[in-house]
Amino acid sequence: MLPLDINAELGRAGGNAVFFLIGAAFGATLELAGFGDSRRLAAQFYLKDMTVLKTMFTGIVVACLLLFLSSALGLLDFSQISVNQTFLWPGIVGGLIMGGGFIVGGYCPGTSVVSAASLKLDGLLFLLGTGLGAGLFGETVSSFSEFWNSSFTDRLLVSDWLGWSIGATVFAVTLMALGMFYGAEKTEEFFRSGKLSWQLKKPVYLAGAGALFAVAAAVWIIGQPDPLRRWELMQGRYAALLASRDVFIDPLEYVQTANNTGIKLLTLDLRAEAEFTAFHLAASERRSLDEMLDSRVAAPLAQLPAQGVVVLVADDEASAVAAWQRLKVQGVSNLYILDGGLRHWHARFAGRTLHGKPVDLSRPPAAVLEQFPKDAFTPKIKLATKKRSGGLCS
Amino acid sequence: MSAMNRPPKPVLNPYLAGAILGVVLFASFALTQGGLGASGAISRIQVSATALLSQSHVDRVGYFAAVGGGDRHALDHSSVYLFLGTFLGGMLSARLNGRMKIEVFKGPRISSWQRLGFALLGGAIMGYGARFARGCTSGQALSGGAVLSLGSWAFMFCVFIGGYALAYFVRRLWTD
Repeated sequence: MLPLDINAELGRAGGNAVFFLIGAAFGATLELAGFGDSRRLAAQFYLKDMTVLKTMFTGIVVACLLLFLSSALGLLDFSQISVNQTFLWPGIVGGLIMGGGFIVGGYCPGTSVVSAASLKLDGLLFLLGTGLGAGLFGETVSSFSEFWNSSFTDRLLVSDWLGWSIGATVFAVTLMALGMFYGAEKTEEFFRSGKLSWQLKKPVYLAGAGALFAVAAAVWIIGQPDPLRRWELMQGRYAALLASRDVFIDPLEYVQTANNTGIKLLTLDLRAEAEFTAFHLAASERRSLDEMLDSRVAAPLAQLPAQGVVVLVADDEASAVAAWQRLKVQGVSNLYILDGGLRHWHARFAGRTLHGKPVDLSRPPAAVLEQFPKDAFTPKIKLATKKRSGGLCS
Repeated sequence: MSAMNRPPKPVLNPYLAGAILGVVLFASFALTQGGLGASGAISRIQVSATALLSQSHVDRVGYFAAVGGGDRHALDHSSVYLFLGTFLGGMLSARLNGRMKIEVFKGPRISSWQRLGFALLGGAIMGYGARFARGCTSGQALSGGAVLSLGSWAFMFCVFIGGYALAYFVRRLWTD
């Protein structure tokens, strides 16, 4: 199942070779589109030549449809795809600045690379300028870092903001792009001939638009798989972790982790409310198995910082495993189950004393670990380094 | 040399180019989990150039130190390989299509020297803005747009708004 993690599959050298090849395809495409020529790019802003808009939005819509169609068909796990983090206001201000740089300089960074590569001196100067501008930013950002880090959401999709399904959003984005393409054709026609008709004379364009429309409708109709369906699709990837018990942690490791200030630990208790009220771990919150299907519950867990760990607590292993599966397929990375549930917990700590006082069973201090032999448990928690957000721009 | 003397071939139809771009972008997501980008690598190259002049300055400025401080090598990152690929891919395509030629693209009303000055200025504004927005047209607009990132869509419309808002005032650079 896609996506692959190419550095893990091929090692650093092989991974870098793939990045190089993808870059080569990208550079060649930009060059073939004629984006090494600043006059064509700047003409977009004088309405004479809408090439930039046409190519850019076709690229976005085609990639978007391929991604969400593969996800709908169970070929790709979208939770493992890097989504640019949203820093809304810095993004808006940066975008406006870049629009200015675009019309003054005639390129954007990617196109200036291609322009410089084909020996265009204006492209080369623009590329040098981009490096200088990036340097200037690094020198000055500390004076407005509060603003630069404001209005942050890790993984915020247009569909979340609209409150629509992903399928409906993809369909709407496709329709919007088709509308923009029609507008672009008519704008060019008007500026070229001074006349305007409503007809679109190129049948191949109508066929292309029809194909995009049909795929977008299919993405909407099929819908994105829910967590239960995703587990069916993805168990090949994750079932081994459960079978080898690599994600079951001993109560002693839980105590060690809970007392490690370098780790942000979140504990979810799956038991019924009455049992929870009677006793629960001090740091735990109660969550039902059904709530694990809700993306509003799962999304914050998937967006914990790299040192975040989530531990599931239940008395029967079946419900802990079910919850683990539901959260895992929604992209929660450092996810563990308290081995043996609270029965094992009580067996470990009940009746223990420290300095003559009984140990608080809901939050045993780290000192209690000294009462156990060093090899009393096998440490399982390995913090996965997250690469899914941030991406290549950071 | 024959390839360099050929007249330049016409560029691709914009929608066809866009469709190829979309497939390349999808391949990038499918193989590497992430999209395309250019400005991150440019920033890394700038940091490593700064480090050649003064490593202590890179260590001192937090923004630079994050990629090239201490024993970190700013160039040791996938985005740099993507950048090298973009450069060579562009070069190869230009050569095969007869567009490999030293020239300055400019509007008819300004001199080549003026154009080079404005290219440098525009690049600096763009580089500043791209770091401000945490990504450029490829990294934010294209890649973020395809995965429906809200911030990327807001960013994308702002690039167009910024360009259109200023276009009238700098029309001497581009129009007849």
